[in-house]
Amino acid sequence: MSDFEPVVVVFACDYCAYTAADVAGRMNLTYPSGVRILRVPCTGKVEPLYIMQALQKGADGVMVAGCLVGDCHFKNGNLRAAARVKRVQTLLDDIGIGADRVAMVNVSAGQGAKFAEIATEFSKKIGEMGPNPIKQGAKAAA
Amino acid sequence: MITAERKPMEEIFRSLEPFGKILLVGCNECVTVCHAGGRKEVAMLASALRMGRLKQGAPLTVDEMTLERQCDPEYAEELALVVDQYDAVCSMACGCGVQTVAERYQGLPVLPMVNTAFMGSSEKNGVWAERCAGCGNCVLGMTGGICPIARCSKRIFNGPCGGSSKGKCEISPDVDCAWQLIWDRLKQLGQTELYSQIMAPKDWRSARDGGPRRIVREDMAI
Ligand code: SF4
Ligand code: SF4
Repeated sequence: MSDFEPVVVVFACDYCAYTAADVAGRMNLTYPSGVRILRVPCTGKVEPLYIMQALQKGADGVMVAGCLVGDCHFKNGNLRAAARVKRVQTLLDDIGIGADRVAMVNVSAGQGAKFAEIATEFSKKIGEMGPNPIKQGAKAAA
Repeated sequence: MITAERKPMEEIFRSLEPFGKILLVGCNECVTVCHAGGRKEVAMLASALRMGRLKQGAPLTVDEMTLERQCDPEYAEELALVVDQYDAVCSMACGCGVQTVAERYQGLPVLPMVNTAFMGSSEKNGVWAERCAGCGNCVLGMTGGICPIARCSKRIFNGPCGGSSKGKCEISPDVDCAWQLIWDRLKQLGQTELYSQIMAPKDWRSARDGGPRRIVREDMAI
């Protein structure tokens, strides 16, 4: 499993996490190359379906990264996102994929180092969990 | 609207075990509004089923379709061109939709994916509450616009019962006593004399107790 490099999709809010990722880049901080960042106008825009489809298309983990609680540019988009992530986590447990493959995190625009750290940690955790189990199932069924 | 909730995944997986290709059909009306079986929920369940079955090593092909109103034969007819390709139709509409589709496509298993709950309204975003029991003989004009059948735990007509306390029903501190609400509203309307009128025992034949009901409008049925 050591050569497994997980694909982690990050839905990053334009006002915070996306900027934080940018800051991390400018600080020359690295995080695993399997971390793929998708910019969204607010984490409140992240439909539960986006998370499901990322996993269905082969992502090994999904992170929704929004502003610090109380700092959402649209007031409560990040709280909404957190509630939705929770609901998706329950569904993922119910279908045997596992809630832990999805996480909600909060970072501010200036926290480049924190973003790199969170992305690295999450990617490591997913790496330890192994590939998205639908890949194994698909192989077995083929 | 009619409210519903998706069935537990375990039950859904069990009911779909024999099948390899299904059509998942939502409804654009009530179940869309209560986020149980509209286009989005169809897509979510389809995705969950695909992944869950892949994980089990028994892939399931799931196609998605959402009808304008699943309880109308005209709309159910839209499935006619495609249903032959599937092992089963899985409906995310309320029981009315499930039965309309099942009646039209007699040779095909039609399975419910949601549990139909009650006729209700939105209290706020994400919260729905029972408001009407469809008893066939509306008394809201006598009760300040608050239904003693749908909202009183005992469905009593001349309440409150002895369990009413501080405005709450004895079944739970989270449930308002319907008769407290009725009294408060009648007072606000200056209609407390309505409260003094003893309501006669209800003839429940107009409700479900008279057997399955139908409405026939001769002028429309031609
Ligand atoms: S089938 Fe008819 S009653 Fe049921 S949810 Fe759809 S529109 Fe409403
Ligand atoms: S407490 Fe009120 S709502 Fe509850 S059963 Fe009695 S009258 Fe009905």
